[in-house]
Amino acid sequence: MTPDSRPALPRFVKLRFDRARDTWLLLAPERILIPDEIAVEVLKLCDGEATLAAIAATLAARYDAPEPEILSDITDMLADLEAKGFLRDREAA
Amino acid sequence: MTELSARLRPDPARSHGIPIAVLAEITHRCPLQCPYCSNPVELERASAELSTEEWLRVLGEIADLGVLQLHFSGGEPLARRDLETLVARAAALDLYTNLITSAVTLTEARLDALAQAGLDHVQISVQSVEDALATRIGGLRGALERKRAAAAWVRARDLPLTLNAVMHRQNLHELPEMIEMALDLGAARLEVANVQYYGWALRNRAALMPTPDQIDTASKVVDAARARLHGRLVIDYVEPDYYAARPKPCMGGWGRQVFNISPSGKVLPCHAAESIAGLRFDSVRDHPLAWIWDHSEAMNRYRGTAWMPEPCRSCAHKHDDWGGCRCQASALLSDAGATDPACAFSPRHAEVFEAALAFSEGSDRYTYRDFSGGTPEPGG
Repeated sequence: MTPDSRPALPRFVKLRFDRARDTWLLLAPERILIPDEIAVEVLKLCDGEATLAAIAATLAARYDAPEPEILSDITDMLADLEAKGFLRDREAA
Repeated sequence: MTELSARLRPDPARSHGIPIAVLAEITHRCPLQCPYCSNPVELERASAELSTEEWLRVLGEIADLGVLQLHFSGGEPLARRDLETLVARAAALDLYTNLITSAVTLTEARLDALAQAGLDHVQISVQSVEDALATRIGGLRGALERKRAAAAWVRARDLPLTLNAVMHRQNLHELPEMIEMALDLGAARLEVANVQYYGWALRNRAALMPTPDQIDTASKVVDAARARLHGRLVIDYVEPDYYAARPKPCMGGWGRQVFNISPSGKVLPCHAAESIAGLRFDSVRDHPLAWIWDHSEAMNRYRGTAWMPEPCRSCAHKHDDWGGCRCQASALLSDAGATDPACAFSPRHAEVFEAALAFSEGSDRYTYRDFSGGTPEPGG
């Protein structure tokens, strides 16, 4: 993952609000993950169009937080999901 | 991010919550005859199977319960011509769908239809990396070649693939090649599943039980492969119970996260639960699923921790392993309410290890799974 990456969830990974449990879930093959509030905001912006840099800028404006720190945080988070095969970089594909 | 199953902490006021996953064994028919099949020795016939209409209703009840994942299994789920219809309904209900298949009867057209219906994930079982051994274990000539072709079709459609390698004394020497095959076939995940001794496998223990040396080697092979393949292949390793020191948290606890529906609609706490004498199971033909989940006698029998004997009752691990496996306690000790003897704290633990050693020196001859109660391998 680099600032130019365009992260997207593959078709078989689903971000979903589960009413029965009142929480957001990330459904993947044989895995169900619970993203925290920030992760949900990040994943909603991973549409395969926006670059990582643009996503960081959006979040920095929304939360009035320093952009470089946000970029660093979300890069780590998304790289971890990418290593599990739950996220793809459209730019690299 | 935490796993949902890890986040579900015990609630003292309730013995169970909302189930996460359902294993739908939609048929016991299968083109293979593997001697380690987890189905009961007494298989349910096609005439007893739930109809398409019954399954469509039950899928709605499954979704209403709050279930997230639905595993279509069997037998061979492809043996049902209405599988696409069932997958489409499950997908429309927002269930995450998984097909657990031998893949030997899969065609490209069928896979297209399943993908179109919204299938999310495919798991293909493999018997061996070598054609002759695969044929001997599954009883079907050419099975391995068909599985390889099916795996390629799955990957060509960008469906995620898990390879399920069932390992035992007669194929554990292939583990390094099995890992290579998973990579070659484009699997993202490999389950190295040592045979668990229920159903047909229990009957074939003498032909399947590995030696302690084999298990030592297998653990090392898996550890090395995990380190080498991080980010490329996830390897799940299922330890063989008879050589373990800690029991597995079977099904994440009895009647707690997962349940099973048999071909005829019986709701089971696990796929082997019918092996426990004296348990009464309810059917989706007689009761709403939500009622069965909450009130069925079988579902409640070993729920939570109140049923536990010592040493489980005062054990620090009781909320981790839930006392282990009831079917194993029943099979090995004739007491489903006993501490799983796979646990080192069980007073009967040493017997299990001794039995494993004896079985590991048994005859290699299989008894094949079939509807006539089993057929011995020719020769020997």
